[in-house]
Amino acid sequence: MIEVKNLVKRYGNHCAVDHLSFTVEDGQVFGLLGPNGAGKSTTMNIMTGYLAATEGDVLIQGHNILEEPEAARKCVGYLPEIPPLYPDMTVLEYLRFCAELKKLPAERRKEDLDEVLSLTHLNGQAERLIRNLSKGYRQRVGLAQAILGFPPIIILDEPTVGLDPKQVVEIRSLIRHLAKEHTVLLSSHILSEIRAMCDHVLILRKGKVMACDTPEALEEKLSAGGALELSVRGSAEAVRSTVLTVDGITSCEAQQEGDTVKMMISADGDAREALFYAFAQARQPILEMRPKTATLEEVFLDLTDEDDAVAAQAAALLADTPDEAAVQTTDAEQEGTGDESDL
Amino acid sequence: MKAIYKREVQSYFNSMIGWMFTAALTAFIGIYFMAYNLFQGDAYFSTALGATLFVLMVLVPILTMRSMAEERRSRTDQLLLTAPASVTAVVMGKYLAMLTVLACPLAIACLCPLIIHFNGTAFLLSDYASILAFFLLGAAEIAVGLLISALTESQVLSAVGTFGLLLVLYLWDGLVAYLPSTAGGSLAGLLVILALVCFLVNALSSNWKVTAAVFVAGAAAIIGGYIAASDRFAGLLPDMLGRFSLLGAFDSFSVDHVFDVRGILLYLSLIALLVFLTVQVVQKRRWN
Repeated sequence: MIEVKNLVKRYGNHCAVDHLSFTVEDGQVFGLLGPNGAGKSTTMNIMTGYLAATEGDVLIQGHNILEEPEAARKCVGYLPEIPPLYPDMTVLEYLRFCAELKKLPAERRKEDLDEVLSLTHLNGQAERLIRNLSKGYRQRVGLAQAILGFPPIIILDEPTVGLDPKQVVEIRSLIRHLAKEHTVLLSSHILSEIRAMCDHVLILRKGKVMACDTPEALEEKLSAGGALELSVRGSAEAVRSTVLTVDGITSCEAQQEGDTVKMMISADGDAREALFYAFAQARQPILEMRPKTATLEEVFLDLTDEDDAVAAQAAALLADTPDEAAVQTTDAEQEGTGDESDL
Repeated sequence: MKAIYKREVQSYFNSMIGWMFTAALTAFIGIYFMAYNLFQGDAYFSTALGATLFVLMVLVPILTMRSMAEERRSRTDQLLLTAPASVTAVVMGKYLAMLTVLACPLAIACLCPLIIHFNGTAFLLSDYASILAFFLLGAAEIAVGLLISALTESQVLSAVGTFGLLLVLYLWDGLVAYLPSTAGGSLAGLLVILALVCFLVNALSSNWKVTAAVFVAGAAAIIGGYIAASDRFAGLLPDMLGRFSLLGAFDSFSVDHVFDVRGILLYLSLIALLVFLTVQVVQKRRWN
């Protein structure tokens, strides 16, 4: 279990981490998500004891990282943003060195090394010099170093950055495998990655927590209530007049595309059945009908928007009830898209 | 510490640096051994060692330049500083590895007094004491390089800075001779030294109250002493600084052939101070 309490890190006047608090329960895969410069790496560096916080505490399995550094660090395997490798060593030499550095018991060292090598698919590369390895292999050696000795907590800073799609899939499946027996904390600025792997997401913006929940709950909170997206064959006017015969429709935007009409309909309560019968009666076939939900991506874009007002509005939505949120989401979306070009 | 020590020694001898250091120092000791002992017939090997001292000034920066600087540049310090090992262990591991590299050419040099012995009169005790002093002097110089290397991320800056500082240490006796020997001059000089010490204290503690307390207490003691017995201040500064001459301590071994315990203590305490400062520099970086 990791407890982060009221963490502050200042570099001069710049506040990289601003009163950050969260708890990672045992067995969770916890994701730190944020655009570049949100304070993810700084937070991780503080959690592993590489940096000291200006204020606040980090407890790793109950050990304070500054007061009992050795006990706390023994529970943590850390892969920093840039894998800390010595280019003049072979993979095996390097991992042996790490095992000794981590004070793993000598009699278990060989088994641990073998297991880590096979988990990270490095068996064939064990005798190669790290200098000659490609970026993907180096990342794996870094990962092997982090999971060596199988510490209860594994902290990975952007573990899949710079890897090709196949390697990304491999590393993700490895992380999922590790998550069965370990607590994993990972950071990323790639949303699909966090969604694919994490049980719990913390969204950071300028060193502050914007949201902290499960990915599903975040989407749910922002899901757009009764809004529906429809594609119907026919002309816009005819379709619109059909919609207006249904009770409880609050708004309807229609757009002609070829011989079909795309519509956004908001209604009080569930209007799907009524719409189905209305269109069936008017002999206008429904090609597609689906409830509109805000994706995690949209939540993320709003929450981490450069514009403070947009971000604050998005954060307020999460605190609101889902129904009220629904109406406002659309405004926030229109203002807040397209700023994060690296996504 | 053992893991880091092993890795460092391995790394020095996997790269050129360890071999080059050993080869260059052995070659220069050999050249002077040949010139002084074999050809001129000097019975003291320490004469040859004394002549080789200047080579350390060039070789030590090359040995120490990457020790801490390279770890920081390549971010491997993240591995060391997040591992369950203390900073002291990390720094000591690296320092001992460099001492091991220094010990290699000196182990070869240990044969030279024996060669003299088999060809005539040799002063084995005096010569081996000189080799010990040479090792400790080298160790002190390596500690200087270690500290400079911890201060920067650039190997070049680290090497140049170490070379500069070692040059000052080599010219120490000459420089001290230029200091004023009047009582007033000593007072001013001592206050300047106090200011430098306070600057260091402030850099390490980041607490101006402590610094101010040290400065006020130190200044009061110096000025009080000056008022009480100003005649004792005459020549005090050059005399005091002269005692810190590293080469002077080596000369008592190699020229006067005495076992200078004060010199050994000077070397050991300087090494302890520099290694301690290196640990503090690395520790402090967490907070900046």
